[in-house]
Amino acid sequence: MSPADVRRAGQTLFDKIWSAHVVETLASDAALLYIDRHLVHEVTSPQAFDGLRVNGRRVRRPDATLAVPDHNVPTANRDQAITDPESRLQVATLVQNVADFGVPFIPLNDVRQGIVHVIGPEQGASLPGMTIVCGDSHTSTHGALGALAFGIGTSEVEHVLATQTLIQSKARSMRVRVEGQLGAGVTAKDMALYIIGRIGTGGGTGYVIEYAGEAVRSLSMAGRMTLCNMSIESGARAGLVAPDDTTFDYIRGRPMAPKGDDFDAAVAYWRTLVSDDGAVFDHEVVLDAADIAPMITWGTSPEAVIPVTGLIPDPAELTDPAIRANQARMLDYMDLAPGPILGAAVDVVFIGSCTNARIEDIRAAAAIAKDRRVADGVRALVVPGSGLVKLQAEAEGLDRILTDAGFEWREPGCSMCLGMNEDKLTPGQRCVSTSNRNFEGRQGPGGRTHLASPAMAAAAAVAGRIVDCREFG
Amino acid sequence: MQPFTTLTGVAAPLPVANVDTDKIIPARFLKTLTRTGLGRALFDGLRYDETGAERPEFVLNRDPFRKAEILIALDNFGCGSSREHAPWALADFGIRCVIAPSFADIFYNNCFKNGLLPVTLPREVCEQLMQDTELGSNARVTVDLKRQVVVRANGEEIPFQVDEGRRKALLNGLDEIAETLTRDTGITRFETGRAAREPWRPAISLES
Repeated sequence: MSPADVRRAGQTLFDKIWSAHVVETLASDAALLYIDRHLVHEVTSPQAFDGLRVNGRRVRRPDATLAVPDHNVPTANRDQAITDPESRLQVATLVQNVADFGVPFIPLNDVRQGIVHVIGPEQGASLPGMTIVCGDSHTSTHGALGALAFGIGTSEVEHVLATQTLIQSKARSMRVRVEGQLGAGVTAKDMALYIIGRIGTGGGTGYVIEYAGEAVRSLSMAGRMTLCNMSIESGARAGLVAPDDTTFDYIRGRPMAPKGDDFDAAVAYWRTLVSDDGAVFDHEVVLDAADIAPMITWGTSPEAVIPVTGLIPDPAELTDPAIRANQARMLDYMDLAPGPILGAAVDVVFIGSCTNARIEDIRAAAAIAKDRRVADGVRALVVPGSGLVKLQAEAEGLDRILTDAGFEWREPGCSMCLGMNEDKLTPGQRCVSTSNRNFEGRQGPGGRTHLASPAMAAAAAVAGRIVDCREFG
Repeated sequence: MQPFTTLTGVAAPLPVANVDTDKIIPARFLKTLTRTGLGRALFDGLRYDETGAERPEFVLNRDPFRKAEILIALDNFGCGSSREHAPWALADFGIRCVIAPSFADIFYNNCFKNGLLPVTLPREVCEQLMQDTELGSNARVTVDLKRQVVVRANGEEIPFQVDEGRRKALLNGLDEIAETLTRDTGITRFETGRAAREPWRPAISLES
């Protein structure tokens, strides 16, 4: 073996992607890293385009950049102009910026419009082995394809637009292996929440996490995207799943994916993107899928999570005063007491977001909603992740099942995940949400968010309270 | 970018862990097109009640902390969203330095792009610094990036670590994009080399 082969023998998937993108090693421990895909949306880009203008700079690689409005857009009455003047201006500014700088753009009225992290994989723009960035922390979603994908701030958005590179120090590596098989009614979302509950919201800080093990390999691409999406909620810079036949089958035939011989050449390369036997990780966590139940959060941090049949912990039993005070505050904000979470009355259910708005998620919600009714007094929204997800769901008749049951069927966007458009909670409302963050006020000032899977959310909608989705089989 | 060298100012205690970026600035304030003017919205939910009136118990609504230039918090400060509006809001309010036992990755990065210094110190040191703030307006802390020390009100010096490249960039207020553009030849060489080796790599195209 050559020295290069010896070195390669112990490489992680992350090592391989990283080293394939180092343009130059810089003086400190940082590298100038080449970026293959830059996804752009209306909220974190206006200041970056302005910076280019002020300095007379161009977009270096428009052909590696894709822009779409998603965060701010209304999910109803799309035939009319956006009502909110600030949102309208922000979307109009994106339209102007992509025109001025020649950036490929999917407009609001295009059937391909949707949440940036849903459409990247859907269009075949996100591919294995790539470096993918976006001014949004949930860029980690694209790691499901075996890409190194992470969120960046607006200054870095400007840096990538101008140079197609980023100055990055290499993160440490963690492998989370989930062995065995998930039980009935247990999904990738529950796995993600369970992992965050185990390692904590800061447990992944400074790491890139590779998810592995039988339960991860068995996930569909949608499930892998849900899992990688929530990597950031443990603080990890990115989450990865090594590409395999599930990945290649997903990519084949997508509009921007390689075609014909190019596809075969790509697959031959993508098959090398696995962590080698003997690869050393800085940290390793091994979990048993059989231990995972349908999960639900009770507090205002994603780590404040329990099995739906479990008990909300009692702060009085904690010794650390800072943690005790923090948990007491979370319970106060959520208007909950220590004890069972089952039965808590629900006002709103939100099924959507870059975490859970793909066709599989809509199917899971519809399976629960079929021949049932949303409980009196509950508002339930289903917001598909993209126009194509919406079309597919309608072709399968899922929209009818959901609307017949009393769910609202909306246009694609980020919607109530972060409440930048009209879809938000009012103070005190309790919501079971398939999104990714339960922070105070995240879905609207004073709103109370419980994170869960689409099946759990749909079951809460029909029961009008927090229930175990396994009872709705 | 505004350089950061040495700062002496009032330090405000925020003894809370996992201060997320939605708490620092809620999403409804992200509809702006500029980097400035966000100081009013800093910690909106903690600072104001439902009517928009100040909550008198919140630290930044109390003297001398209204004029705080340094914020001391607990673990995992800045977790959550990548919004650079979080450091923009802090800086616009007048805070130039955050001291905490740990920071979320993207927030930490974003600070350095905006002349704002995140200082990582052990939790017991952060708690000590928070106790110092009880001295009121006399509780002035100095943060010296050149010498990499935090100086307590009693003169004790606490060393801290920061990546050398980031330290230099912050001390000199470097334009990072201009720096990277000097490496343009290397970037082009990378692009052409890879295009030759891996011709299958597709471009973004919306023509179907």
